[in-house]
Amino acid sequence: MRTISSDQITAAVRELCLKAAFELPEDLKGLLQRSLSTERSEAGRRVLEDILENARIAGRERLPLCQDTGLALFWVELGRDVSLTGCGLQQAVDQGVGLAYREGFLRKSVVRDPLRGENTGDNTPAFVHLEMTDGESVRIIHLPKGCGSENMSRLAMLYPSAGAEGVERLVAETVQMAGANACPPLIVGVGIGGNFETAPRLAKKALLRNAGQRNPDPYYASMESRLLEGINLLGIGPGGLGGSTTALEVFIEVHPCHMASLPVAVNLQCHAARRAFTVL
Amino acid sequence: MERKFHLNSPLNAEAARSLSAGQEVLISGPAFTARDAAHLRIARLLEQGANPPFDLNGALIIYAGASPAPPGRIIGSIGPTTSSRMDAFTPALLEAGLAGMIGKGPRSQAVNQAIARHQAVYFGAVGGLGALLSLRIKNAELVAFEELGPEAVYRLELDGFPVRVLTDSRGNDFLSSLGIRDRMAQIP
Repeated sequence: MRTISSDQITAAVRELCLKAAFELPEDLKGLLQRSLSTERSEAGRRVLEDILENARIAGRERLPLCQDTGLALFWVELGRDVSLTGCGLQQAVDQGVGLAYREGFLRKSVVRDPLRGENTGDNTPAFVHLEMTDGESVRIIHLPKGCGSENMSRLAMLYPSAGAEGVERLVAETVQMAGANACPPLIVGVGIGGNFETAPRLAKKALLRNAGQRNPDPYYASMESRLLEGINLLGIGPGGLGGSTTALEVFIEVHPCHMASLPVAVNLQCHAARRAFTVL
Repeated sequence: MERKFHLNSPLNAEAARSLSAGQEVLISGPAFTARDAAHLRIARLLEQGANPPFDLNGALIIYAGASPAPPGRIIGSIGPTTSSRMDAFTPALLEAGLAGMIGKGPRSQAVNQAIARHQAVYFGAVGGLGALLSLRIKNAELVAFEELGPEAVYRLELDGFPVRVLTDSRGNDFLSSLGIRDRMAQIP
């Protein structure tokens, strides 16, 4: 049994929030760099250059990549041989988020009540997904999620008769309807199966994958490639100004589901696809 | 590459009329930040016949909520938010003299028609370039609704802020001219 204190969790969360807000992940930079040579529109290429320049400025000046520093999402993979001391997990994560958002001058975007508003002042509560794993380590993955892309995401309860074609149509339609609002070029997370609650979680989790990391099942890997190609024919382009780079990646996660059901969730992620992880 | 047009705010009607959908423009001068909550309050004030917290005549609104300014900086990261969330309020603001808006993404038909009726203009900025765009702000001061935090109204002094005309004073809509919807049908 290994003991980890809530203070260690808080410190790790603080670091993750700051890193994610200021530093564009390297694999994403690689995708953007590569799309510069394939993007057909001049306006689109200039947006891609601006995105890379923005990342350089943000890293150098310690300024957020985007003013929308998002809801603070976390996946905590807690080894079952870990004993967590101090305060509870939610409180430990919230404290880390509060510290980072205050000290890092990140925008606090959370309101206490969805209809009556009132900013909570420190971007808490954090949104924490807890998963139990083997071993005696704690892996924390952080995804700050902005709302431009979140607002354009969708959940549909399709009939099984819709099949693969219906799923692909829904994904392409979601991207088309999102247009410039979701801040393309996008990372498209797709959750297929499960139920009304699990499909969106799958879609969200898909956004954590690294560039080029295909679904291990060749059937879904080829669907990812086909969807990416189709989406990039839409012509939305970087910044929505027209072009051939509308998505950088499509990631599909699947789960068993009821025989009468075909839930599909499409979670869009903007080009400021920030994420960071650490292992304690 | 087309030459970028320099435009000063507050906007005069003649300059606004000279712009065409799709044109790139660098804007300098004052712009007021306002997003969902501030729009709701301004709309209520207008309904009550009260004065909004800044003079709407000829004014330019930017749909944005910056991140807080770190010590020694004028402003934190700043960029446009989705404009369509403000569509419900926009015709009334245009009626009250608003001359231009900076935001992200398409507007409703009603807004585009109101833009044409008042010979106003809607500009689009690229989202997700907050650090880069913060360098195009010369000054920022709080004007109203401080309690709204990032949704408060600030008067910004823009300095060559890069935008593109998305709806011009004749109501021409650049984004719909891209034909994205038509291309959907051609995808295998």
